[in-house]
Amino acid sequence: MSSARVVVTGLGATSPVGGTVTDTWSALLAGTSGARVLEEEWATDLPARIAARVAVEPTEVLERVKARRLDRSGQFALVAALEGWADSGLADADVDHDRLGVAIASGIGGVSTLLSNYDMLRAKGPRLVSPLAIPMLMPNSPAANVGLAIGARAGVHTPVSACASGNEAIAHGLDMIRLGRADVVVVGGTEAAIHPLPMAAFANMGALSRRNDDPTAASRPWDVDRDGFLLGEGAAVLVIESAEHAEARGARVYAELAGAGITADSHDIAQPDPAGLGATRAMRTALVEGGLEPRDVVHINAHATSTPQGDVAECLAITNALSGETDHVVITSTKSMTGHLLGAAGALESMATVLALHHRVVPPTINLDTRDSAVKLDLATEQRTLPAGDVAALNNSFGFGGHNVAIAFRSA
Amino acid sequence: MASTEEIRSGLADIVNEVAGIPADTVQLDKSFTDDLDVDSLSMVEVVVAAEEQFGVTIPDDDVKNLKTVGDAVAYIENAQPA
Repeated sequence: MSSARVVVTGLGATSPVGGTVTDTWSALLAGTSGARVLEEEWATDLPARIAARVAVEPTEVLERVKARRLDRSGQFALVAALEGWADSGLADADVDHDRLGVAIASGIGGVSTLLSNYDMLRAKGPRLVSPLAIPMLMPNSPAANVGLAIGARAGVHTPVSACASGNEAIAHGLDMIRLGRADVVVVGGTEAAIHPLPMAAFANMGALSRRNDDPTAASRPWDVDRDGFLLGEGAAVLVIESAEHAEARGARVYAELAGAGITADSHDIAQPDPAGLGATRAMRTALVEGGLEPRDVVHINAHATSTPQGDVAECLAITNALSGETDHVVITSTKSMTGHLLGAAGALESMATVLALHHRVVPPTINLDTRDSAVKLDLATEQRTLPAGDVAALNNSFGFGGHNVAIAFRSA
Repeated sequence: MASTEEIRSGLADIVNEVAGIPADTVQLDKSFTDDLDVDSLSMVEVVVAAEEQFGVTIPDDDVKNLKTVGDAVAYIENAQPA
């Protein structure tokens, strides 16, 4: 593998706290929650009736006919990708499309399309099942539609590793560039799973917060009263390219995508390894791959979903990965505001990590009223500034199945 | 029973909904594929919506013969329940 440096030159997002990157970032810095009570009739009987829907409906942004041929997850991905593509300056540039790739993940896929067509099948028979159902519900549909929109011909991919999927897509794009298969890759994740079936299933696993009477306080990573995650939806992308390619066209660089670490726990299908060994190795690998030392790391956007077990195991893993050199590391969980976007979480949080390095400011973790005594790390309960100079940051994502993906970024 | 113009107008609204083609361009002499750019998957959607709206059945073997809007309108007109 070549040691080509890879940089982030474009960002796009549609999230529960904003319809664009700018709006999302402002809301995160302000500590704004995107959570609300679901008013839909189907939510009435669910044990968890709260979620974080996108702030701006994609149908307000996309052309109507385009939108109706996409699953909601595809709509989010397209909105975010078009913003990121324009932000990179490549939309107006002379692009070699044979060297342009896409890696956009989803944890669940086109679940709304699948289930709404099943409802139609049961109600009116097979004739009424949409001929568009398959190209809408297939998990690679968001990536493929983004590829079509920007003319990507170097390869279009959809890594799937539950809630680590977004970060795995970023790692995959990094590999594509380092292996010489592409110069530019649009990487990220999307998720649209606010539907009664996945919500009932997550709740029956005991994974969701049931703080139905106080939705904005439901996602509370590391707080003693955390009781599960808040389901979010949306998409985020990063436009990454070889530093050589970015330099040649005079691109604005947000940060360097320094390295990635992918490991598996091989412990349990749903529970994290309590010792966090797989997560530790993922972070260490990302640092080694990026040529970074623990002392270079000043910030971590943690996976921290607000579940009783996972939040503590991750902190143990962070301490071990950095060999105890954690005093200078400001840690936050933006999931306290956005909820958990599953296969889009790594992408949205990597975007926040990149912006934290770019602007040298870390968004707060909200609802952290009484910290779990098992957690000794420096958690940001308010906006925090990062030091000047060459510094690095990590983004962690872990998924059901025992997947761990850490991404390392270096300041530009 | 719907008149020829009522069927054309109803079909035009369906084509607009499915494919985004302006309804007033959906005229009897227009070819679905060559003039209106309705792709094969969208054509399936149009047919199923027309079946629902006009209470007719259009077997797949007959759909391939519906080249123009006029073909479809005539088919629906003949197939309508009396």
